[in-house]
Amino acid sequence: MSKRFVVGYDGSEESKRAVQFAVSQAKSAGAAIVIAHVLEWSPYSFLTPEELEERHKRRKEELSRAETALMAPIQDSLSDSGVTVETEMRYGHVADTLAKIAKDVGAEQMFIGRTGESGLTARVFGSVAGSLAQIAPVACTIVP
Amino acid sequence: MRNLISATVLAAGALATSIIPAAAQSIDDSVNQLFANSTGWFVNFIFSPFPGTSFPWIVAWLVVAATVFTLYFGFVQFTAFRHSISLVKGDYSDPNDAGEVSHFQALATALSGTVGLGNIAGVAVAVGIGGPGATFWMILAGLMGMASKFTECTLGVKYRNEYDDGTVSGGPMYYLTKGFAERGLPGGKALAVLFSIFCILGALGGGNMFQANQAHQQISGIVGQYPGWITGMIFAAVVFAVIVGGLKSIARVTEKVVPFMGVMYVAAALIIILLNADKVGWAFGQIFDGAFTGLGVAGGMVGALIQGFKRAAFSNEAGVGSAAIAHSAVRTKEPITEGFVSLLEPFIDTVVICTMTALVIIITQQMMIDPVTGNYMLNEAGTAIATIDGNTGVSLTSAAFGSAISWFPYVLALAVILFAFSTMISWSYYGLKAWTYLFGEGQTKEIVFKVIFCIFVIIGAAANLGPVIDFSDAAIFAMAVVNIFGLYLLMPIVKQELKSYTSRLKSGEIKKFN
Repeated sequence: MSKRFVVGYDGSEESKRAVQFAVSQAKSAGAAIVIAHVLEWSPYSFLTPEELEERHKRRKEELSRAETALMAPIQDSLSDSGVTVETEMRYGHVADTLAKIAKDVGAEQMFIGRTGESGLTARVFGSVAGSLAQIAPVACTIVP
Repeated sequence: MRNLISATVLAAGALATSIIPAAAQSIDDSVNQLFANSTGWFVNFIFSPFPGTSFPWIVAWLVVAATVFTLYFGFVQFTAFRHSISLVKGDYSDPNDAGEVSHFQALATALSGTVGLGNIAGVAVAVGIGGPGATFWMILAGLMGMASKFTECTLGVKYRNEYDDGTVSGGPMYYLTKGFAERGLPGGKALAVLFSIFCILGALGGGNMFQANQAHQQISGIVGQYPGWITGMIFAAVVFAVIVGGLKSIARVTEKVVPFMGVMYVAAALIIILLNADKVGWAFGQIFDGAFTGLGVAGGMVGALIQGFKRAAFSNEAGVGSAAIAHSAVRTKEPITEGFVSLLEPFIDTVVICTMTALVIIITQQMMIDPVTGNYMLNEAGTAIATIDGNTGVSLTSAAFGSAISWFPYVLALAVILFAFSTMISWSYYGLKAWTYLFGEGQTKEIVFKVIFCIFVIIGAAANLGPVIDFSDAAIFAMAVVNIFGLYLLMPIVKQELKSYTSRLKSGEIKKFN
């Protein structure tokens, strides 16, 4: 199996920089990259009866929207980068799920952008980069 | 929409101050009279006793059913209890299904439809009329009801309709039609129609009027007496905004606050019980003695039993079929897993929360005991136990909590209003599902039902507790008549599912994912 680098991507400027950096690293290392997008989701949240009824439909819509608005454009933009690009979309807690994806695809390294939140917001809500620094199963580069 | 709400609230307020109180009160009276007259025959039929006794046939119907399901499925509520908890925790959920409705979510939504006034006001009514002994029968009915819930929710998921756009519709009307057809039995369609009619009445009664009524009682207990239709108008406006106007934000806020309120309610009850730890033994003594001797309560032991069973059924809705509608949306390959999960519902609702309410009322000694005989004293009319200040229903619960934690009635009032509201939202959905089953889907048809639903909010708040609670019980139990009849004929299907699932679980074919 060829080497794989996982990079977290949510469409933000920071995550675009992370993708660019991951691609340049992958090129020199001869690795493929896996662009991972996590849709925030908790199985323990509370929904109204209508939301339950429509959940399956909404999930399909959310996935196809993420595919057309996020994944397809970034894949297109990387089509002539010379690096093999795969994509992975999952539901879950963002940091945990990114770590899980890295493990599942057998990634050698992972890359992720950071929002630069500091102070109170980060303390209260935590940050994906902060959590991954703690729980990443492989070497994790945080791209500023 | 917001303008509409505030305009309605303002108009209601202006009306209240401009109309002289006597005239306003007479609106309540005429609503009450009209309502009692038009629903009396239905109530009398549902609660008619066996000839020569005072035992309503409907109570026997529910208890016998719960017993039959308990025995038929080999005490599934106890044998599968641990597995149910692992299912809710997500141990058996496929991670690839993340983002779909989880077992936890289906359970939480169904619970927020059942946990509500039945647990707070209903229990007070039961204990007030039937004495502490009613608690014993209530717990027993809750434990047995777990098997009924298991049966109906398994069928609900198995026979739900899945549409091309990914939405699902389930519930008794679907398993009655499809299940009967599959077993080659006639009459499924007729039963489904009958169920739908009763479900609409139940949605308007227990799921709406009773809630509005008790919410009004609670608010007027704090701000002072004022006509019920004013509360009704305000509630109706908010419900209208959510179900017709699509103001999802209100519904979402309620869905999030209600579980928190539930936890807080149980915590407060536990604190009161712990503070009176020395009386817990005595309280349980009262519960056991009362269950078999009646302790001089109106109706004696049978009275306690009837009240206990009635309130349990009303509170946890086991056998009624409503939960089957709520549970149908879960994403699972095994319908029976939702049955397992749903059996936790009567446990949490009745065995835990209702019992807490009953213990608090008993321990804080809200009900007057005759110092000479040691029995409970009846009120002047002889219909219920005399209480301090003559409280009944939700105000009895409120007084009980207030005697231990002085500020808790305010929290309770907020909880009652929110519980009432979330139950209304859930039942508006159940009613709507029955309505669209009968009349077909369509924007106009749905709006008609939703407007009717809002009108009943006003009627419910204006009418007296007596006729409202009678009609609410009658409508909800009428659903159970049809639903349980269907469950008897369909239970072999559930048994097959149970056998196949259990053997695959044992053989390791069904595995934990984490």
